Amino acid sequence: MASGSGGETKTAERAAAAARGGLADRPLGVAAVVVVLLIAVSLPFIMSGFRLFQFTQVLTYSIALLGLNLLTGYNGQFSLGHGAFYGIGAYTTAIMIDRWDIGYGWTILVAGIVCLVVGFLFGRPALRLEGLYLALATFSLALAVPQILKYFEHWTGGSQGIVLSKPKAPFGLRLTEDQWLYYLTLAVTIVLFVLAWNLLRGRVGRAIVAIRDNHIAAEAMGINNARYKSVVFGVSAAYTGIAGALSALAIAFVAPDSFNILLSITLLTGIVIGGFATISGAVYGALFVQFVPNWAQDISKAAPWAIFGVFLIVFMYVMPRGIAGFLHLVWIRLTASAVSREQGR
Amino acid sequence: MRLFTRFIALLLVGGLATLAGAGASGAQTVVGVTPTEIKIGNTNPYSGPASAYGTIGKVIGAYFKKVNDEGGVNGRKINYITLDDQYSPPKTVEMVRRLVEQDQVALLFQTLGTPPNSAIHKYVNQQKVPHLFVATGATKWNDPKAFPWTMGYQPNYQTEGRIYAAYVLKNMPDAKVGILYQNDDYGKDYLKGFEDGLGDAAKKLIVMRQSYEVTDPTIDSQIVNLKNSGANVFFNITIPKFAVQAIKKANDIGWKPLHFLNNVSSSLGTVLKPAGLEASRGLITALYMKEITDPQWKNDKGFTDWVAFMKKYYPEGAMDDQSNAFGYNVAILMTQVLKQCGNDLSRENIMKQAASVKDFELPLLLPGIKVNTSPTDHAPIEQEQLAKFDGEKWALFGEVLDAFRK
Repeated sequence: MASGSGGETKTAERAAAAARGGLADRPLGVAAVVVVLLIAVSLPFIMSGFRLFQFTQVLTYSIALLGLNLLTGYNGQFSLGHGAFYGIGAYTTAIMIDRWDIGYGWTILVAGIVCLVVGFLFGRPALRLEGLYLALATFSLALAVPQILKYFEHWTGGSQGIVLSKPKAPFGLRLTEDQWLYYLTLAVTIVLFVLAWNLLRGRVGRAIVAIRDNHIAAEAMGINNARYKSVVFGVSAAYTGIAGALSALAIAFVAPDSFNILLSITLLTGIVIGGFATISGAVYGALFVQFVPNWAQDISKAAPWAIFGVFLIVFMYVMPRGIAGFLHLVWIRLTASAVSREQGR
Repeated sequence: MRLFTRFIALLLVGGLATLAGAGASGAQTVVGVTPTEIKIGNTNPYSGPASAYGTIGKVIGAYFKKVNDEGGVNGRKINYITLDDQYSPPKTVEMVRRLVEQDQVALLFQTLGTPPNSAIHKYVNQQKVPHLFVATGATKWNDPKAFPWTMGYQPNYQTEGRIYAAYVLKNMPDAKVGILYQNDDYGKDYLKGFEDGLGDAAKKLIVMRQSYEVTDPTIDSQIVNLKNSGANVFFNITIPKFAVQAIKKANDIGWKPLHFLNNVSSSLGTVLKPAGLEASRGLITALYMKEITDPQWKNDKGFTDWVAFMKKYYPEGAMDDQSNAFGYNVAILMTQVLKQCGNDLSRENIMKQAASVKDFELPLLLPGIKVNTSPTDHAPIEQEQLAKFDGEKWALFGEVLDAFRK
């Protein structure tokens, strides 16, 4: 998947242009976000514990996907190893709660910081690697982390993992554990999405995209490629780490088997299906990776992955730019025809 | 933007207030049972790295189909819902919550794997859902005080380790023991049982411990090290792939210790034959099941019944895969518990009956080994018998050993 083809650049320009425009220029877009948020906030009153738990998973996935999309979609650095950061985030939270009895709220923050540092340090030497070579280097990270976790058995509990208790709702709120976790995750998700949106629509965002599209030109314009790339790696890892931390709380258990190589591939699948280099794509991708494997299993117990593969191929054929790109296209068609009707043409 | 934030805040507050008014509903005790059926939930790895075990979930389904074809249990058909968890604990949590909260199963049965079961251990006990006969050899499932709704099934690894230790102490009091183990809980559980069994003698007798990672390509160098240590007893704690290598390598370099092979790798078809029957001669293991590839059971009633069952209900299943015998056995035990329940299929009674199985024999357990449970004993099978490989079959010797009756 070499970047820099005409189509991708154009989409990126359009997306960047759209992102640059303030909220006021796009009343319909704002309305859509409000509707989505309203639905998100009211879900706990519609759904039972199990369904709500699934949507908590969707939210954590969407944070991780957004993190990966920052790196891969916007900055053009391929990672097959983000499951590793997800695992590091989850273990940071689990170890802090289990060993030191630290409040879970803090552990989420620390998980983000730990992954930021690890991601930055990994991103530094990885600067020398491009495209597929970087993908392989990150792949090795995903392979190594579950074993490293087993090695530090004193801290990580080895392959038995660490069992946690689910956090109870604070301030005497009469929420179930599932409802509280959902709201906590939703709040973190909203904050991280707003931050990412803010980051990408400004100067920094343009620099990140410019490096992906043509790193020599970017360098010539005075962008410090090395610094940007490793910082983006760190931020991306931090997002994914926070997602891991939230998932550890929701599942109340961590084990090396939870963070196998399939997780990293699932995340990459999510951003491609959701929409490369789009913010909303993270949410669509998260819905996909959470629910489609389950549907595949309901359709066929014998070969769920074959069914999942068919879903993937169909999606890629019908929506080559991911779900976000597809919806964008539909949106443009609709508004364009509305405008032309108004003008009586 | 500000208006929008305020709107969200309002909505949140409103929602929370409504919620505060709603009370918690009382817990039902009879769930997943109608006059004509009982729902049983299960998770198994049908895909992913441990998918070889998935056949257990399938053979159980096949056995329940047989039960249903013969009229069910006390007039009720078994509705067996089995889901793929890929051996991934987060997926297990999701699937088990689906089974309990959405499908409303009466009980969970044979959920497979130590990490997956660890992930749901607390949850099922909070929900008070019977979590029966889990498919893992870890020791922690037998803890009825802290986890009254969970029950194990097979003899655990520590029990088996103790049995070998007792044999060494009795027959070779001045042995030099070398150990090879897989560096995870499975390996360490065996090691702990063995060392605990040796007691104070462990320090003196064990001359070398070598470990390997499950992802290592070979263990040849460990075998060479063990030989060079001068050990004359070898405790081989490895899964089938490495067991084959260990037996071959020891034979190739002319190391002939008294070789204990853990039960995990005792299959004739998948371990001893590939390693070479001649090289395998003299191996000692502890068994609790009849090895289905062992010719000595050819005319055994339990075995021939199983063959007939496999042909009719699970023809695609492998006839040399011990997992298919394992699943058949445990499904029979589950059916027995349901029979004992009679018409009271409340979760409390299911648990009570599961904890009052007395001297129940399963067709593919070794003769003399019986299933026993009680409210303070959630480890159904605790007996094993030693066997020596005579170049053709596992020849049982000595008596049936009970780790808790000495």
